[in-house]
Amino acid sequence: MTMNVNEIIDPKNLVYAKTKILNDTQMHYCPGCSHSVVHKLIAEVIEELDIQEKTIGIAPVGCAVFGYKYIDIDWQQAAHGRAPSLATAVKRLLPDRCVFTYQGDGDLAAIGTAETIHTCNRGENIAIFFINNGIYGMTGGQMAPTTLNGMKSTTSPSGRTVPLGGYPLDITKLLAQLDGTCYVTRQSVHKLANIRRAKNAIKKALENSLLCKGTSVVEIVSTCSAGWNMSPADSNTWMEQNMIPNYPLGDLKDI
Amino acid sequence: MEEVRLLKGNEAIAEAAIRCGCDGYFGYPITPQSEIIETMMALEPWNTTGMVVLQAESELATINMVFGAAGCGKKAMTTSSSPGVSLMQEGISDLACAELPCVLVNVMRGGPGIGTIQAAQADYYQSVKGGGHGDYKMIVLAPASVQEMADHTVLAFELAFKYRIPTMILTDGIIGQMMEKAVLPPFTPRLTDDEIRIKYPWATLGKTPDRAPNYILTLELYSEDMEIINLRLQANYKRIQESEVRLEEIDCEDADYLIIAFGTSARISQKVVEMAREEGLKVGLLRPITLFPFPTKEIKAYASRVKSILTVELNAGQMVDDVRLAVNGEVPVSHYGRLGGIIPSPDEVLEAMKNLIVNH
Repeated sequence: MTMNVNEIIDPKNLVYAKTKILNDTQMHYCPGCSHSVVHKLIAEVIEELDIQEKTIGIAPVGCAVFGYKYIDIDWQQAAHGRAPSLATAVKRLLPDRCVFTYQGDGDLAAIGTAETIHTCNRGENIAIFFINNGIYGMTGGQMAPTTLNGMKSTTSPSGRTVPLGGYPLDITKLLAQLDGTCYVTRQSVHKLANIRRAKNAIKKALENSLLCKGTSVVEIVSTCSAGWNMSPADSNTWMEQNMIPNYPLGDLKDI
Repeated sequence: MEEVRLLKGNEAIAEAAIRCGCDGYFGYPITPQSEIIETMMALEPWNTTGMVVLQAESELATINMVFGAAGCGKKAMTTSSSPGVSLMQEGISDLACAELPCVLVNVMRGGPGIGTIQAAQADYYQSVKGGGHGDYKMIVLAPASVQEMADHTVLAFELAFKYRIPTMILTDGIIGQMMEKAVLPPFTPRLTDDEIRIKYPWATLGKTPDRAPNYILTLELYSEDMEIINLRLQANYKRIQESEVRLEEIDCEDADYLIIAFGTSARISQKVVEMAREEGLKVGLLRPITLFPFPTKEIKAYASRVKSILTVELNAGQMVDDVRLAVNGEVPVSHYGRLGGIIPSPDEVLEAMKNLIVNH
C-alpha cells in the first residue's frame, strides 16, 4: 500500500525527525565533510540520554571551532590544543556533569599532544571526540601529524616523506596503552552501518563521562574534500582505500 | 575565624586561598614558589572545603585549567614563577578576551631565560602592559609583606569577579620565601552551583530550559565585532583605573626627595627613608600597591612638591617609564636597580640615591 502526500506528512506516520538539540543554524562545513554527521550524532545522543542540562562541550581551534553554533548546550572554546585541560577542570569542579572535547588531528595530535596524553593518563572522566581527516582543514590543507606518507598537502606539495615530515602518528593506539583510558575506539561516518556504529560509540563515551569510568576516546576517521581537493564521493573512496587501512576501524579498548 | 600565624609568603597565599572559598587550584612546581602547591596538597582542602587541587603537566595546562574552571563561574587560580608565567601568556590573553575572573600569582625570579632562582622584579612590563598578544590588561597587585600575600589573595578574587578580569599578584622570591607574622582570613564557604547561576549568569554550568546556551568564546571572525569586544575591554580598564588605585605613602608630606618602589624594593626603600632622615635628608616613599591601575594621578601630584624622584626596582628600569609618564618632565626621575637576582642593601640604595638625585 502506498501512502499519499498527506499521509506521509501526517505526524503519526513520522519515522524520523531532526533532534531539537541540533540548532537550525546553517552549518559552515563543506559538502561531504564528516563534521556535520558527527555533530548530529552527538546531538541525538544528548537528546536520547536526556542530558542537555548536564552536558558541557569544549570546542577546539580548527573547523569545529564553531561547534557551539550547532549543538544547543553550554560551550567553552579552547586555545589550540588545550581543550582537554579545560575539560579536566570543568569535570573536576562539576563531577556530576557530562563533559566532552571535540578536536581535530592538528589540535589533538600535534599542538595539544601533551594535554591529550596527560589528560588520558590521569583518567579524567571526559569523552574526547577526535576527528582525523589527516589534514589541517581550517587553515587550508597543511600537513597534519596524521597525514599519510605520500599524501599531498600545501606543506607537503609532493607528498609527505619520512625524512622531511616523519611518520604518521597513530595517537589513538598510543592512548589505548594508557591506564587512564576506559574506552578507545576508531569509527567512521561514510556509510549507514558506520554511522550507526559511530553513534553507539559516542553514546558509550558520553555515558562513561557521566559514570566517571575514566577517559573515553572516539576517533572518527574522516574526509576533508576541500583539503584533499576531491569530490565528496571520491573522498569517501580515497578514505576507504588509504586512510582506513592505516587507521583500522574498531574498538582498541573497552573496559 | 581569623588566625595569627608565623609563615612564609607562599604559604600565606595557599592558606588564604582555601579560606576565602577558592574552588580550584591548578599548579606546576617551579622555584621559588613551590611551597604554594606543596601547602595546598598538605592541607588537603578537598576533604574540608571541597576545593579541587591539581598538579598538572605544565603551565600551559594549568592556565587552561584555570580557563575551564573560571568559565564555570568558579574561583580558580594558578601560581608560578617568571619562566612559567611566560609559558602562560597565550592563556592569559584568552582569559582577558573571554572576560573570565581568575587569580594568577607570579613569584618573580631573575631572568631572562631560565635565569636564576633568586628574587627579581623584571616581569613588571610583562604583567602591567599585557604580556600576551592583543590589547589587554590585568589588575596587578604588588604585596610587600606576608600579611599582604594573604590579604591580596582575598582582594584579588574580589576584584577579579567585580570586573570579570584576570587579576595577578606580582610578587618575588623574597616575599614568597620570607617568614612573618600574618593574620589569616576567616573561612568563607565556597559558592554552590545554584548561587553561581544567580551571581554569574554567564557561567557554563549546563544549559537550563529557562535560558539560551552560555558560550565562553575568544574567537570572533568579523573585525567589526572584534572591535566591539576590544572597546568593552578598554572601557572596563578605564573604570578600574578610576576606582581601584591603591598605594601607601610613608613620610611623603614634607619630602624633598621621593622614592617610588613596590614589593621587596619598597621594603628596602623603607629602611632607606629612615636612614636618610637620620642624616637630615627629607626622603619619602610612595609604594604602589596596584601596578595596574598605576597611581599616575597620585604621583603627578608630587611633581611640583619634590626636587626629584628615584625609582628602586629589581630590574633595569621598567616602572620608571610609568613614573616619567606620570610627571611628564616636571621633575627629574632616575632609576636604581640590581639585576639577575641581586638584592641591594639599604646602604647601597642610600648611596645611589645621594649620587643620582640629592647631589645632582
